[in-house]
Amino acid sequence: MRAVLWTVLCLLVLFALFAAWASRPAIHPIEAPLASAFDKADVARGANLAAIGNCNNCHTAPGGRAFAGGRAVPTPFGIIYSTNITPDLMTGIGQWSEAAFQRALREGVDREGGHLYPAFPYDHFTMLSDADCRALYAYFMTREAVRASTPRNVLPFPINLREVVAAWKALYFRSQRFQPDPKHDATWNRGAYLVEGVGHCGACHTPRNPLGAEKKTHALAGGEVQGWNAYALDRSSPAPVAWTADSLYEYLRHGWHPEHGVARGPMSEVTMNLGKVDESDVRAIAKYIAWQMGAADEQAKGSRGTSGFRGSASAPEGSRPPQTRQGTGEAPQSSPSDSTLGQGASIYLGACESCHNGTRPLPYGGIDFTLSTAINAASPRNVINVTLHGLHPPEGTRGSIMPGFDGAISDDDLEALLMYLRADFTHKPPWDDIADHIAAARKAVHEEGDSWP
Amino acid sequence: MALILNINGHPHEIATDPHTPLLYVLRNDLRLNAAKFGCGLGQCGACTVVIDGDPVFSCVVPIMLLQGRKIVTVEGLGTVEAPGPVQQAFIEKQAAQCGYCIPGMMMRAYALLLKMPDPSPEHIRAALEPNLCRCGTHMRIVAAVARAGELMRGSAQAIEPKSR
Repeated sequence: MRAVLWTVLCLLVLFALFAAWASRPAIHPIEAPLASAFDKADVARGANLAAIGNCNNCHTAPGGRAFAGGRAVPTPFGIIYSTNITPDLMTGIGQWSEAAFQRALREGVDREGGHLYPAFPYDHFTMLSDADCRALYAYFMTREAVRASTPRNVLPFPINLREVVAAWKALYFRSQRFQPDPKHDATWNRGAYLVEGVGHCGACHTPRNPLGAEKKTHALAGGEVQGWNAYALDRSSPAPVAWTADSLYEYLRHGWHPEHGVARGPMSEVTMNLGKVDESDVRAIAKYIAWQMGAADEQAKGSRGTSGFRGSASAPEGSRPPQTRQGTGEAPQSSPSDSTLGQGASIYLGACESCHNGTRPLPYGGIDFTLSTAINAASPRNVINVTLHGLHPPEGTRGSIMPGFDGAISDDDLEALLMYLRADFTHKPPWDDIADHIAAARKAVHEEGDSWP
Repeated sequence: MALILNINGHPHEIATDPHTPLLYVLRNDLRLNAAKFGCGLGQCGACTVVIDGDPVFSCVVPIMLLQGRKIVTVEGLGTVEAPGPVQQAFIEKQAAQCGYCIPGMMMRAYALLLKMPDPSPEHIRAALEPNLCRCGTHMRIVAAVARAGELMRGSAQAIEPKSR
């Protein structure tokens, strides 16, 4: 009994010490500043940065008011609700000083001193300069104040305790400003600053460890978000045609590219925002990402590519690679049978080909699958998502439409179709986890209650 | 090799090319003309039918995918003499103007009401989003779907039809 009491007491003391170590001071509330108190140039620059940061996407609930928060952000640990970042005094950041706002961005601590969950990507925003923090502050403090309380996060013990985030930060977070690399030009450095900082591309495109921290040694090597593969943006990019700074620019700016197809899933919101920002910033992002992919110098264009279809670059562009059928000796044991491939080919002819090999060009017609990153990727999840769910432009916008086949196609037929697409349009080995991904994608579609067919 | 399609509870032997979209088989082979050809691209919803309870664009679905599935078209909802609840509600609310979109609207509404017998107006709007109506009778369509829900729940007698 005594031993138990002592243990409990020791644990309490340890926890108190830990809590004291983890605590951060509150920053005094301020009177909400008048919109006229902000420099117009700052507000405009902040708007540009906020769009590059895709802030509206997480901080706006479906159908809700801009930046009023309340969007459920699913994580492997539970659901985190985005907060209200309008200048409302009671429920938003109306009482936050610039210092409090800057601390939240760069240290992940809210005005009251609570640690923020890293679903808010302060591990990237820590790169932001003082001037850009000020610009973002000016932008958000001049938005319309919306009264909207943030729902409580749905997190299990002990993750629901914000002190735990302090321990996470001790392991994985370093407060650091962006340091330009003098070996590169100003455009590259601007791109690096935007990609690594406010753009937080790695939040989706970098794999995470079991505790949810980005694996810094695998920066931009491809991640997973909301049931979508965020493709690798480094040399392991699965795109069958190598990206260039120009093609990246076109894609990011307009949401599609004739050699790569359309942005979809969470990326479509990113490209929507990048359509509105300073052109030079999108060029800079494209230049930096192209460099990450190994296409930094325009001279190097086409000289890369050691794997897959791209590796066999002797095939003329746009031509279909020879079929990879079983019996070639290189296919693993999960190699599909000829009858499966025949069934898949037949479904392709009946359901896909009229758009995907038709007369209408992108983005209104479908992509020729020889160019499809989704079919060349290591996981079939994205192509399954699109086949079941279709493609729909974000609410209230124009864009490509593809009908979803969730109600029409059975699991077996979909699996046969995917086996065929993989075998006939790429040189990659067959996927071996199609059934699991189909089940997960169907579940996601139905749980979201999405009404699209 | 003929396919057997189960349409409105009846088996139909179809000898047409299995790549043919369901809509063409319904209209050309079986003379079931309720489902309409609108865009032919799965983008307008006029061709919507219900398959195993889910709404599907019949213009882009080849019949080879549908062996053994339960297909319902507007003809399966009722007849001119004895309209089903969805049809009755669309007549009551005079939801059609040109009428071309209405069969698709009814089928998508029917699929919604199978899953959600008492949908809110927001649910109805969200569910019908894929179906286009160029005349602009959306408000009446939404009212008709709500009314169809009432009728399907069997509470029709309890609720007086609202005057228009």
